[in-house]
Amino acid sequence: MIKPIVIVVGNGMVGYKFCEKLRAKSAEFEIIVFGEEPRRAYDRVHLSEYFAGKTAEDLSMCTATWYAENNITLHLGDPITEIIRSTKTINSQKGIVLKYDYLIMATGSAAFVPNLPGVEKEGVFVYRTIEDLDLMKAWAAKSKSGAIMGGGLLGLEAAKALIDLGIEETHVIEFAPRLMPRQIDSAGSAILQQKLATFGLTVHLNKNTSYIAGDHKIEALKFNDDTELPLDMLVISAGIRPRDELAKLCGLEVGLRGGIVVNQSLQTSDPSIFAIGECALYDQMIYGLIAPGYEMAEVVAANLCNAQKQFNGFDMSTKLKLIGVDVASFGDAFITEPDCRTIIFEDTHKGVYKRINISNDGQQLLGGILIGDAEAYSMLLQTVNNKIVLPPNPEDLILGSRGGATAEGAGVMNLPDEALVCSCEAVTKGDICSAVMEQDITTIDGMKKCTKAGTGCGGCIPMVKDIITGTLKENGKYIKNVICEHFDYSRQELLDLIRINKIKTYDQVLDTFGKGDGCESCKPPIASMLAGLWNEVILKQDTIQDSNDRYLANIQKGGTYSVVPRIPGGEITADKLIVIGQVAKEYNLYTKITGGQRIDLFGAHVMDLPAIWEKLIDAGFESGHAYGKSLRTVKSCVGSTWCRFGLHDSVSFAIEIENRYKGLRSPHKLKGGVSGCVRECAEAQAKDFGLIATEKGWNLYICGNGGSKPQHAQLLATDINEATCIQYLDRFLMFYIKTADTLTRTATWLNKMDGGMSYLKNVIVNDSLGICQSLEEEIAQLIQGYTCEWKEVVDNQNLKKKFNHFVNAPNEKDPSIKFEPLREQKQAAAW
Amino acid sequence: MTQTQWILACNTTDIPENGGACVKINDEQIAVFNFTRRGEWYATQNLCPHKQQMALSRGMIGSAGDACEPKVACPFHKKTFSLLTGECLSGDECAIKTYPVKVLDGEVWLGV
Repeated sequence: MIKPIVIVVGNGMVGYKFCEKLRAKSAEFEIIVFGEEPRRAYDRVHLSEYFAGKTAEDLSMCTATWYAENNITLHLGDPITEIIRSTKTINSQKGIVLKYDYLIMATGSAAFVPNLPGVEKEGVFVYRTIEDLDLMKAWAAKSKSGAIMGGGLLGLEAAKALIDLGIEETHVIEFAPRLMPRQIDSAGSAILQQKLATFGLTVHLNKNTSYIAGDHKIEALKFNDDTELPLDMLVISAGIRPRDELAKLCGLEVGLRGGIVVNQSLQTSDPSIFAIGECALYDQMIYGLIAPGYEMAEVVAANLCNAQKQFNGFDMSTKLKLIGVDVASFGDAFITEPDCRTIIFEDTHKGVYKRINISNDGQQLLGGILIGDAEAYSMLLQTVNNKIVLPPNPEDLILGSRGGATAEGAGVMNLPDEALVCSCEAVTKGDICSAVMEQDITTIDGMKKCTKAGTGCGGCIPMVKDIITGTLKENGKYIKNVICEHFDYSRQELLDLIRINKIKTYDQVLDTFGKGDGCESCKPPIASMLAGLWNEVILKQDTIQDSNDRYLANIQKGGTYSVVPRIPGGEITADKLIVIGQVAKEYNLYTKITGGQRIDLFGAHVMDLPAIWEKLIDAGFESGHAYGKSLRTVKSCVGSTWCRFGLHDSVSFAIEIENRYKGLRSPHKLKGGVSGCVRECAEAQAKDFGLIATEKGWNLYICGNGGSKPQHAQLLATDINEATCIQYLDRFLMFYIKTADTLTRTATWLNKMDGGMSYLKNVIVNDSLGICQSLEEEIAQLIQGYTCEWKEVVDNQNLKKKFNHFVNAPNEKDPSIKFEPLREQKQAAAW
Repeated sequence: MTQTQWILACNTTDIPENGGACVKINDEQIAVFNFTRRGEWYATQNLCPHKQQMALSRGMIGSAGDACEPKVACPFHKKTFSLLTGECLSGDECAIKTYPVKVLDGEVWLGV
């Protein structure tokens, strides 16, 4: 089958974009491009960067091989000179004759040069192509003063070019009474003019040039108010003129003031010829911006592929950085009272001008102008285009919120999915969100490649960034704390993976989800996850445990260990105290009461640990898990059993809670407290969870801690009974275990949580996530699976063997261990 | 140069899989590591030079970087050392001594 032939006349930005779009949609066309310029399509929007150091290649729209790779024939430096519509044939300057099925006019525009005496003189330039720039560059080398004729958008771009070329004295001549008359108002122009003056630019308004004086080269501009301006060079930037000469020649309909007339499908008066970009005249309008040009390319490409798409005019809102000054204009920038209400902010000190026009009922934003600070542009434009209802104080939109409640609906994430974010490439908010969600795109560069958002004028990039971040945040993906170099997962992700895949060993986890051979950073947290999930005695995989977990004791200075038996709630009998005393005496251990109401025995040789524990276990003690990231103690005051103020039996409740959660492995250590009255002697509000007795029941506090960054626990529920306390604690602890990062205590976990306490309360108390039943079931399993780790060791000869210091001399202690006397006891020798 | 003397240190089963233990050779404490995952054995001094603690045998082993350099982390302050060269990988000047290891018929021999 013969493919239809599409010939593109012109290789500018829009012509290139058309090729890209058509090729992306279909391979069923033969595409042939003729360009007048000697080089591939380049970015004319950022032309002034050519003087700021970018090369022509940097400005190219695509790589040198792109056309070939996409099966597109490109003829450069060979403009089409004739179109014979009757035979659907074109002739090129170099003599190529070709038939077409569809012809796309993308001839763009040329600089408009007014019919002024002297424009032919040397030193007079236009600012349009890289060739123009090269000519200017050569001339500028010997020029001290220069001027731009035209104070519009392009004129100011050209002025930037003159400054970059090192012209000492640069002027802008504008016929109208203000700069950028199509985009900004007089007040904005005044601020802009003032800003530009600081860059060494002199602006002359209301100036009507009568002729260009000079012998054969320019010497001065003469104005009709009889003044003159001596000059070495002049750049004319007085507007654009559509390149419609070829169209005219073949009899296509053109506008009175130029431009190839097109309909909503961008079809010219000949149905097989289309016109796009700055050469097209739609509804009496030439669209001299890049975004509408791209939209036109899209419409034609779509229609050739039989999709129904129409061009319905285009928003001419724009944001630019002109000579370092932000200038933006959006929506209906010029509408005035009484058709609207206007809010204006003007700061001549900093050179900032902001104007917004709002509907008379205060509901809608109609348009506005921003000079000097255009950060709000994208959001304001979205507010106009999506008809978002304004906040009660619309001035906040340009001034920022000044105290009080933040305006609702101000964030990017409140935009509808169909909101157009990148108008150059027609990328919506929804497109960006789904690229983040479905393709894991999280960077601007990635987003440019994936959606093309931000590849045109670049004005939307800050908003694209915000949407990426917002989407990640909304989906809980924002902060990805990978465990270490061996795993590209956060603790929570890895925990889910291990559970779902029912993985039981560290090596299996590493083989399945990691790389390398692991390390001291990933082994302990994974050990903790495995212990938490499958409830197996941690000694089975002891070499992935921290030294403390491996030897079930805390390594201390000098290489000895400390022993902490569990004393739930801090309640202990005389008999048990005596046993602790006897053990301490026998093994010469230093003893001290800990902050958690128990007794720590220091200075034990590793090989003595099993014997020490055998004696303690015989007396009814259990491991205190002081070595693990797990529940330590539940501190209590004596409560109603003895205290004259006590409301409830805080000791009994503390013992019940400590026994319930003992051995529970968690991201970090856990401490609790139970106070029998509001005097709070158990310091429950400084704990990960705390209970304070009230007349009617208990107040439950969560997420506090002492330590280096003390933080008070926050109230979760008031006046609840004991069963409810346990229920909420079950949910809270399991939710924490499942969602917190490694080594994150409950307070930090809450601080990082979006929505904070009110969110957490909703999850635990109101079951907003619908997970409470499974949390309760999961923790019940862990509680049921509790065993005393030291009892396992004491009962197992093989496990005991691991506590020898020398494997080849099992009865010898480490001779390097030294102590020093301390009062009636001893201490570890100094480092 | 003195010739390497090979001394029987222990049985392979004395050293936990993917972990280490300490052996005493001529009053010297040597940490022996059974890197089961890689099928490799390493030996270093047991003393961590950072705070002069006899503790490296109780450290966790693993690998660093794309080249998977085998390493051990001291349980005290997590200083890590290369098991190949003894070089400190935590940016400190101190290095540790390493010893060649041979495994024959379930016995671990160290070259000292």
